[in-house]
Amino acid sequence: MGTEARPVVSLRGVRKTFGENEVLKGVNLDVAPGEVVVIFGRSGSGKSTLLRCINLLEEPTSGSVEVAGIRYEAGQGNRRKRNTMREIRSRTGMVFQDFNLFPHLSAIENVIEAPITVKGMPRAEAERLGMRFLEKVGVAEKRDEHPIRLSGGQKQRVAIARALAMQPEVMLFDEPTSALDPELIGEVLAVMKDLALESGTTMVVVTHEMGFAREVANRMAFMHEGNLIEEGPPAELVGGAKDPRTRRFLEAVL
Amino acid sequence: MVWALIFVALAVLFVAFQFDTAFMLQWLPFILAGVPLTILISVLGILLAIPLALLGALGRLSANPVFNGISGFYVSFVRGTPLIVQIFFIYLGLPQLAQYAPGPLQNLFILGTITSGVLALGINYGAYMAEIFRAGIQSVGHGQIEAAQALGMTRAQTMRRIVLPQAIRVIIPPTGNEFIAMIKDSSLVGIVGTQELFFRASKIGRQYFQNLETLVVAAMIYWALTSIFSYFQGRLERRLATGYVRERGGPHGH
Ligand SMILES: Nc1ncnc2c1ncn2[C@@H]1O[C@H](COP(=O)(O)OP(=O)(O)OP(=O)(O)O)[C@@H](O)[C@H]1O
Ligand SMILES: [Mg+2]
Repeated sequence: MGTEARPVVSLRGVRKTFGENEVLKGVNLDVAPGEVVVIFGRSGSGKSTLLRCINLLEEPTSGSVEVAGIRYEAGQGNRRKRNTMREIRSRTGMVFQDFNLFPHLSAIENVIEAPITVKGMPRAEAERLGMRFLEKVGVAEKRDEHPIRLSGGQKQRVAIARALAMQPEVMLFDEPTSALDPELIGEVLAVMKDLALESGTTMVVVTHEMGFAREVANRMAFMHEGNLIEEGPPAELVGGAKDPRTRRFLEAVL
Repeated sequence: MVWALIFVALAVLFVAFQFDTAFMLQWLPFILAGVPLTILISVLGILLAIPLALLGALGRLSANPVFNGISGFYVSFVRGTPLIVQIFFIYLGLPQLAQYAPGPLQNLFILGTITSGVLALGINYGAYMAEIFRAGIQSVGHGQIEAAQALGMTRAQTMRRIVLPQAIRVIIPPTGNEFIAMIKDSSLVGIVGTQELFFRASKIGRQYFQNLETLVVAAMIYWALTSIFSYFQGRLERRLATGYVRERGGPHGH
């Protein structure tokens, strides 16, 4: 039989403590190419921290993180560690809850900043590429606007284009719609759905949009007090969760 | 209104004390001739202070103990000693060290009054402005830094491309104030014999025993200078306060 494709993201025994507070308690997670994994769970259970450990915005206290074949071990020596972290980050796209667009740059400048500074791409080429992604997320006509002139939904779509422009191997989304007015959530979810279903983008998404999860996710994973305690395809997990804690949470949010 | 009354009162005093206005007018051109040098010293001083302040601020924010220590010492020492002592130290103190320097380098220790003044003002203001720059850099939200790092940017790239361009908006207005303050402090450079505004005024005043008249002339000129620069500084400040919005309505070139 065919061999399983090598995972794009592979976490092994990832622990993270802030002082006395153990936020992640040895998480294992594999994400296959093209797979969409939705992580859900209560506030404070460690979902953001887990996502941020994947691109090493948080450095795990112990364990290992591998992204696109680049391996990071907690406790590596300094110089090498920083290079590894940067390599992993340039292959990982992240979309934040509150957008974090660069306010001094226009939409297109936000998108081409990293391809130019990090990859050394010529400006003309970066702009061509950048426009492609602005078109993909449907805000091409806003190319010269600064973030202050964009709606929340447009901001988040520019932020998605900015992350995509680095042509990452995996996109990480941390509650990308929870700072948005209800009527703007749909446009962002539509872009994400398109990325997942049409473009086959590998995605790890923290969200409580269960409709989106059921429609788009290949797998859902429930985070509880620093552990991923149960996971499975949405069809199995929703309505058929084995762990009572998962079941209780799902009943509450559905 | 109040100002008008004050001026009237001053005019009365003027007459009462038999101010020699003819004398003042006679020497006005000679004193005014010091203005270009006053401005030159201040401009060069602020141009030197800016990079020093940036280095000082980056040092204070750095995790590197050597860099941090050096800038901490710089800021503390310079702020803890009088400007006039620093001017004399550079102008009169340094030449004394020249004898220990190898031949061709000796001239580096013997500086003209203008060079000494610019150096002293730049070093002195750089130490004060380091705090302004540090506050400006710290005013940029952590989310901005994380967004840049998530794209794979190095710390230096993040500082140069994301943090500093945003910090500039916070830094420019108080830097304008510092420049205005420096115009006044540049009079201290006159004490070592630079032919700037204050030197000229006090020279004539002492020569003819009409110090009051020449000092009033000098004060009025300083006041006029600082008022003019304050006006432009205020306009600049208002423009910066309008946020990251491009001028609209102009033809777009694409
Ligand atoms: N930088 C930090 N320093 C200290 N504690 C932190 C830090 N970041 C997170 N924590 C703590 O870690 C725990 C998990 O936080 P995390 O943000 O990962 O939760 P979450 O599941 O994303 O919650 P939410 O749904 O509210 O976003 C919380 O108790 C939080 O206070
Ligand atoms: Mg979170």
